[in-house]
This record gives sequence, structure tokens and C-alpha cells, in this order.
Amino acid sequence: MAEPPVRTPANNNEGPPSATGPTGAQPRSRAITRVPAPAGRGSGPFATPKHRRRYWFAFGALALAALFFAGALLWYGNPMPVDDPAFWLIAERRATSVFVMLVVAICQGLATVAFQTVTNNRILTPSIMGFESLYMVIQTGTLFFFGATALIGFRGLWQFSLQVALMMALALLLYTWLLSGRFANLQIMLLVGIIIGGGLGSVSTFMQRLLTPSDFDLLTARMFGSVNNADPSTFPVAIPIVVVAAALLVLRSRRLNAIALGRDIAVNLGISHKRELIINLTLISALMAVSTSLVGPLTFLGFLVATLAYQLAPTYDHRYVFPMAALTGFVVLTGAYFIMNHVFYAQGVVGIIIELVGGLAFLVVILKRGRL
Amino acid sequence: MTTTADRSRSRSQTAPPRRFDWTLLLAVLGVAGLLALSLVTGVYDIAGADDGAEMFGITRVPRTIALVLAGAAMAMSGLVMQLLTQNRFVEPSTTGTTEWAGLGLLAALVLFPSSSILVKMACAVVAAFFGTMVFFAFLRRVSVRSSLIVPIVGIMLGAVVSSISTFFALQTDMLQNLGVWFAGSFTSVIKGQYEVLWVVAVVAVAVFVLADRLTVAGLGEDVATNVGLNYRRIMLIGTGLVAIATGVVTVVVGNLPFLGLIVPNVVSMFRGDNLRSNLPWVCLLGIAIVTACDLLGRVIIMPFEVPVSLILGVLGAAVFIVLLLRKRRYG
Repeated sequence: MAEPPVRTPANNNEGPPSATGPTGAQPRSRAITRVPAPAGRGSGPFATPKHRRRYWFAFGALALAALFFAGALLWYGNPMPVDDPAFWLIAERRATSVFVMLVVAICQGLATVAFQTVTNNRILTPSIMGFESLYMVIQTGTLFFFGATALIGFRGLWQFSLQVALMMALALLLYTWLLSGRFANLQIMLLVGIIIGGGLGSVSTFMQRLLTPSDFDLLTARMFGSVNNADPSTFPVAIPIVVVAAALLVLRSRRLNAIALGRDIAVNLGISHKRELIINLTLISALMAVSTSLVGPLTFLGFLVATLAYQLAPTYDHRYVFPMAALTGFVVLTGAYFIMNHVFYAQGVVGIIIELVGGLAFLVVILKRGRL
Repeated sequence: MTTTADRSRSRSQTAPPRRFDWTLLLAVLGVAGLLALSLVTGVYDIAGADDGAEMFGITRVPRTIALVLAGAAMAMSGLVMQLLTQNRFVEPSTTGTTEWAGLGLLAALVLFPSSSILVKMACAVVAAFFGTMVFFAFLRRVSVRSSLIVPIVGIMLGAVVSSISTFFALQTDMLQNLGVWFAGSFTSVIKGQYEVLWVVAVVAVAVFVLADRLTVAGLGEDVATNVGLNYRRIMLIGTGLVAIATGVVTVVVGNLPFLGLIVPNVVSMFRGDNLRSNLPWVCLLGIAIVTACDLLGRVIIMPFEVPVSLILGVLGAAVFIVLLLRKRRYG
């Protein structure tokens, strides 16, 4: 397959072949007319060299922003001088937060892009599939049945693993049940997931209603995604899962590229569509389960990140969209936390503000796009 | 009895079913029985205590009236929305209408904390109307390839709106209050608190009057315009009726999830799609389901109560999934 740099020098220097002439202004049609072009190896990930330059420019700019915000989060406002040992204690604590942001960015970015490809729909986000409702039921139920001390204690490695396992089990149950057999239908599976989430939501709303206000305050901290919820002792489980699932998703990029063309074309190209669907959804649910268990529900972060990544990466190739999405997620998270912590002093509500921005972006996008 | 059954069978083959027949009468009797049961169920000893009759008038009667009004209104709202969007999976809680009503209510609670229930209701109704129009505008602008995407988008729209509500509730320290307002429950329905609910009776009458026009609108804009219907006006009126019903019920009772979805679907499963003759059935079934769920909630952990929204949420989710799987099988 064509690697990104594989372009004949003639193409790079002269721009699009003159054969495309009048339609040259539209990148898509140009990609199609390029097929007999001198390169002879199909159309690459970018329609034109200009698009490739744009991609790498955006990628570089984001990387710089990521470095800037991450460094700023680590050093800015540290009360101790650099040579003091206490400085490193504080920096280490902050480094953990930045690391959690990286993990969440990878989880949400990759999972959402892959989910939108698999469902062939760019306005969905995997977190509506009941993960968050399950998380809320687990947290609320712990508080409701076992009291405040149990909820505070519900943070260790085993509890985390249990929570991830439950979420994965729910997801796998849905996929294997609803995506197999003669009547498999992806959209019905999605709706069933959402509806199960709605039912679970009623249960946790009911339990919340009976909590004392002080217990409820305790729960409020867990109800919204925040990197402060993350517990470093869960990293030994969380990080291997994320690394493996993310790596597998990236390795499957080419198959995802085929799936993005729609079921019929994908099958025509030799993809076992249903099998790919189940594999990808399993990886996606692993990433979402880790992210939700680690920091709490973040409904619209994934949507925001994926939408931005599509704008910044002028290509349909997942090998390029995936890194862009993860990087965008990291910049959004670090930027939001830096600005909220050090400019607006609104520490507690960063997750909610990201959600609000993401939600508003969702509204704008669905009204601007003429199709689904 | 057998002759009645025979006649109704033969009639269903030749002419559309008449609006009133014996089965409907039986259903009315059944619902009346449920309502009577609702009147006598409760912790307080109505018959024994001295002020029993007084308590009966203060709590039981208003509660039962509220069950009738809210159940019928939400079931009919679901039916009207399904007609207007030509989609069987649409109802106020899968289009974000309920969440918009909640946002309006919250705005009223924050901006005019001491206002009367009428002001709060007006805010909720206006917000519900606006939100429903946003959803419809979205449906008009966006070409949807599959009917199943519509509720998914609606639910996500609702999630956006409720995240806005949550944000403001958190800022104003009303998060738990908000949960209590939203969770549909008839516990707080007592004399002096529920009377505004009678507004939805007007909505119900209006839906009965407009039934034929709504049916025609449900055939789509082109057909409706072709047979001389002012499509845009009937859309606006329909949306307005749904918004009023949803807004009022949200303020007085709270969220009744899935009710508007299940009832019209179940009725049309058994009776086909003639709106005029189905309307009484939709009302009755809506009342029956809400009353049954409320009764269950009242007796399940006596002397405490489970809110009706919990039972409706769990039960409704199960029924919805069954409906979806049926669609999966039969297309």
C-alpha cells in the first residue's frame, strides 16, 4: 500500500496533473481522477500535497501546544523553587494528572473515531452506549447500599478491575447477542444500548433521590469526569488495556478505511464485515470502559475531539486520523485544565465545561451538516 | 357475546373499526377498576381514621385525577409526535422535549425563585416548544437514511440539554433538587398542587378534535398539502400541544419515561393505524399503565414509595427493547 511519502517528485512539484483541469478545485473528484496518475499505486492518504502539508502543519502546531500546556501544567504556579525537593513532589503529583489526561485522550479520541467509522455516522459517540449509566449505577449503588466509607474505599485496583470487567461484559453481551444471527442490525444494537442506559439511569436517579445531601455531595464529585478522580494504583491494569486496545485499533486502520466505505463495498473488498464490527466494538468498549472507570463520565469529549480531528486531518485514512484525534484530545484536556486552573480559577468544573463546549459543538454540527 | 365477536371480525374486513364497541367499554371498566384501586390504596387508613374523608379528598382524589391526566396526556403526546415525524420511535423523552422542559423549569427556579407554579410552567412549556422545534428543524434539514437514527440523535440532543441543566444546577447548588423535580412521581400531588394539570385535559380534547388532520399530516408534507391541509400550521399546532402537555406534566409530576413510546406502539400493534379509532385506546392504555406502575410503586416497599418513573423506566426500557427486536425480525 502507498506510504505517505510515496509520491513522484513530478506530482509534488507540479501539483495535481493537468488532466483534472476544471474539477481540480474539489479535492474529492481530484482523488478519483488521479487513479491513472503516474504514481500508479492508487491514491494515497492525502488527495493533494497541499492536504499533506496542512496535516503535518496542524499536527506540529498541536504537538507544540500539547508540549506547552503539559509543561505549563507541570511548572506554572508551583510554589517551590526548582532546586527544592518539594518541587519534585508537587511536580510528580501533577505529572500523574497530565499522564491521566494522555490516557483519557488516547481512549476517547481513538474510540470515538473508530466508533464513528464502524457505525458509519459522524455524530455518535460511544459513551452513550450505556457505559456511563452503568458507571453511575455502580457508584451510586456502592454509596446507597454500603455507605460513604465504601464509596471512598471504592478506588483500588480490584474495584477498578471489577468495574471495567462489568462494563466490558455488558458491551460484549450486547454485541454478541445483537450483532450475530440472521437479524443482526447495528442501529438496533445502538438503540438497545442507549435504552438499557436509560433504564439504568432511572435506577440511579431513584437511589440518588434517597441520599442525604452530604452523601450526595460525595457522589457529585464522581458524577462528572475529572482527572482528579483517577487513582494511580489502578494504572497496572488500566495502562496495559489501553496500550493493547489502542495498538490493535491502530493496526486495524486499513480495515477501518475499508469499513468506512460502507458495508457493501467493504464486503466486496474482502472484509468480513460482521467480524470486524465485533472486534472493533470490543476494542472500543475496552477503551471507553477504562476511560470512564478512571475519570468518570465524559459524554461529549470524544465527540468534540473527533470532530476537531476530522477538520484538522484532511484525509479519510485512519492511520492519520487516529494520531490526530489522540493529540487533539490531549491538547483539549491540558488546555482546558491549564486555563481553568490558572486563568479562571474554576478548578472543579473543568470536566463539565468541556462537556458543555462539546455539547454545543454537537448542536452546531448536526444543524450545519445536511446529512447523517 | 359470540355474535358481537363475529360481527366485529367481519366488520374489520370490510369497514374501518367503529370508534365505540364492546371491547372499549370493557377497557373503560378495567381502567375504572384500576382507578378505584388507586383511590383505596395507601398507608393512611381512610375508612378508619376520623379525618379519613378529608384526607381522601386531599390526597387520593387529586392523585388519581393526576394519574388520569398525565397518563393520557403523555401517551397522546407520543402518538402526535410519532405522526408528525413519521417515526415510530419518537416521543417527548427521545426527542429531548422533556429535557428542554426541565431546562425551562430550572431557568424559572433560578431566575424567579419565588414565582408561582404558573410562571414555572410557562417557562417549561416555552422551552419544550422551542426544543421540539429545534428537533423538527433538524429533521427537516437533515436527510435521514434510517428511522432508527432519529431517536439516537434525539437522545443525544437531550443529553446535551441535560448537561446544560446539570451545569447550572451545580452552580446554583440545586443538583439534588433537580433530580427530585425530574424523577416523575405522584407523591407530591395533593389538593392545591395539581390543579394546573387540568390544562392537559384541554390538550387532550384538542388532539381528539384535530385527529383527522394530524393523521393526514402524518402522511407527509406532499400528500397533506395535496389534500388541502395547511401542513406548516398543523405541524406548529401539534408541536405546541405536545409542548404544553410535556411542559405541564414535567413541572407537576416530572419525567414519565417511555410512556409515549410504548402506548401508541402497542395499540397499533393490535389495532392498526387508524388514529381516530385508536385515540380512546391510547388514552386508556396510557392511564392504565401509569396507574398500574404507580400502584406497584406504592405497595412494593410499603409504607414507603418507589417513584413511578423508576418503574416506568425499567419496565419501559424492557418493552422498548422488545419492540425493537420485533422490528429487527419483521422489518
